[in-house]
Amino acid sequence: MRTLRFLLRKEYRQIVRDRMMLAQILVLPVIQLLLLANAATFEVTRARLYAVDLDHTVTSRALIDRLLSSGRFELAGRSGSMALADAAMLDRRADVIARIPRDFERDLMREDAAPVQLILDAKDGAAAAVTRSYAGTIVSDYAAELGAARPGGQALALGTPAPAAPRVEVRSRAWYNPDLDYQDYMVPGILVELITIAGTLLTAVNITREKEIGTLDQLNVTPVTRAQFIAGKLIPLWSIALLEFGVGLAVAAIVFHVPMRGSVALVVGVAAVYLVAALGIGLWVSTIAGTQQQAMFITFFLMLIYLLMSGLFTPLRSMPAWAQWIAHLNPVMYFVRIMRDVLMKGAGPSDIAPNVGILVLYGALVFTLAVRQYAKRSA
Amino acid sequence: MTRPSAPSRRGPLVAFMVKEIQHILRDRQTLTILMLMPLLQVLLFGYALRTDIQDIRVAVVDPTPDYATLALRNRLGATDRFTIVQVLPDASRLETLFRRNQADVGVELAPRFGARLARGEPADIQLIADASDPNGGTTMAAYVDAVIDDFATQMGASGGAVHVALDTRMRFNPTLASVNLFVPGLIALVITLVSALMTAISLSREKERGTLESLLVSPLRPWQIIVGKVLPYLGLGLTIVLLVLTAAWGVFRVPFRGSLALLLGEALLYTLVSLALGVLIAARTSSQRSAMLGALVGTMMPNALLSGMIFPIASMPAWLRAVTYVVPARWFIIIARGVMLEGVGVVNLWAQTCVLVLMTIVLLVAAVRSFDARLA
Repeated sequence: MRTLRFLLRKEYRQIVRDRMMLAQILVLPVIQLLLLANAATFEVTRARLYAVDLDHTVTSRALIDRLLSSGRFELAGRSGSMALADAAMLDRRADVIARIPRDFERDLMREDAAPVQLILDAKDGAAAAVTRSYAGTIVSDYAAELGAARPGGQALALGTPAPAAPRVEVRSRAWYNPDLDYQDYMVPGILVELITIAGTLLTAVNITREKEIGTLDQLNVTPVTRAQFIAGKLIPLWSIALLEFGVGLAVAAIVFHVPMRGSVALVVGVAAVYLVAALGIGLWVSTIAGTQQQAMFITFFLMLIYLLMSGLFTPLRSMPAWAQWIAHLNPVMYFVRIMRDVLMKGAGPSDIAPNVGILVLYGALVFTLAVRQYAKRSA
Repeated sequence: MTRPSAPSRRGPLVAFMVKEIQHILRDRQTLTILMLMPLLQVLLFGYALRTDIQDIRVAVVDPTPDYATLALRNRLGATDRFTIVQVLPDASRLETLFRRNQADVGVELAPRFGARLARGEPADIQLIADASDPNGGTTMAAYVDAVIDDFATQMGASGGAVHVALDTRMRFNPTLASVNLFVPGLIALVITLVSALMTAISLSREKERGTLESLLVSPLRPWQIIVGKVLPYLGLGLTIVLLVLTAAWGVFRVPFRGSLALLLGEALLYTLVSLALGVLIAARTSSQRSAMLGALVGTMMPNALLSGMIFPIASMPAWLRAVTYVVPARWFIIIARGVMLEGVGVVNLWAQTCVLVLMTIVLLVAAVRSFDARLA
């Protein structure tokens, strides 16, 4: 225990002495969080709508007004020419073209059905899909109203008594995020990503530097045991990363007003477990890599997996099976999920227990691996 | 930056470039990572990162099962996109399902649903989406809504509503594949990585080791040193771009509608911008590490995050949108997407091209100047 205390004192001194690095460690993630939370958004903004109205009737104009007044669309232009609309889209002045064919109103009245064509610029696939679902909802609401407004509707025309027209009424509710605020969803995940990357890089470079300088050999001839050595490296960096996480959480709450429905203590507790796994991977990298540059490149590669295979930006379940397998090996995935479940949905300990269990196993495994790997090198 | 005119100058410049190329080829590890990372990214983005929603887990709250609710449940279950994970007698357990990530959408049917329909009373359906992911939640709810609408029409329970058939066409990217969107951005990122980051590191390494001083006393002019440094990386960058394009086209059939020559020409222009940035960073920093950090923070991060490559610029707040105007990749990505996905020619892209030309001139002048000043 005494040896460990000495090791810890040495590590803390080294960290505190390098003011520049300390500032970088503590300030950089906060700046990144501020920047990323604003930049990393898939929030779908108003789509610029070009209306091609070939019908020129009250009904067709009302439909266009309906789309525009929904707040989801703004008018980019209006004409009777498809060629003009096309040109607007190619010049990136319009995102959506709505084409209402001739006889739209007549067909609706006579046959109860008429088509509307919607052409979306799908270069940004995700946004296009969301815009399409907005348009779909608006148009079907409008159709329902049109039908209800007609005296008696079709039923009257067929000669059956009008009052008994049955109807299904659908009311939609968006739980957990009724304002559809994208930052609420992204900020907790980005925070996890940032402390993971900062922590991994820091740990990975730490031991490799001792290797490069040659002080690792000095440590190897002292009576310090392997587990003591790894713990002595892990604990200081772990406490810094945890502190960073706390600061980030405060920024998330104060600056971005991320809801904290669940228990904050629970989230911090899980973070403490998670960081053992995340930093353990960094330590493991540092026992493999020979130089600081190598350690940096390996961390780069891990970063790619951490970022893309964590369900942070794209839904996990849209991935093919093999990719989901890889994602399940990614500790970041579990913690991102836990953060979102606890903060946004107010999940309690029993809800997240399976995911936390996996993180505990992960931490134990990685720590053992790092200790063993280090032993090989020092032998 | 054309070839030197005097034949006597060609000798040392060529020799210098041969030395540079040998440097690049010798560092196998870096070369491998430079080649493999972009290819891996194409694969990941092509196969793994999809935003289309294929599998929606629905929990149905059905207090009084009858012919109508069973019909609706069958209807939902028969659609490929949906899986009914649970049928609950009341809504109290719905929250737990959401919290444990076991359901995406809840469909809560009114009690005595069928009886109400038969009597011509309004039969309520509550559609509850887990909207913690706003886009996913909205899209999933819309899919379920569409199925319920169909069901209502079939039951003759649409309240006499008329039907407006929405015929949508996804232009430029009908399958909504993210790989199509991403490959143009990846080209920009590769060029930045090779041209800006590697040039900055290589130049600052010569500075750190003091070999730049030896170059200075050689018959090479400062601009020749820069050209000799820069040309091999330009070649490497364009090679990797072609590699990425081939992989994207060969494996994922990413469309290429416009002219390859135009794209390569624009890529060359963008490479020049990045190289100038790399030289500028190397001239302004003192060590390899700070050059690397400068190149990462000054070029890679903005080019990846603020260029519209992954995150749409239109969604950013105004102050951040203003920042994106000085990010070169922003303009190049518009051009690359235009050429590849829309197949437009230079007519539609001249404005972006002009911006890039302007940036090139400004940065090149600044780079050569600050380099000259350091050497003097």
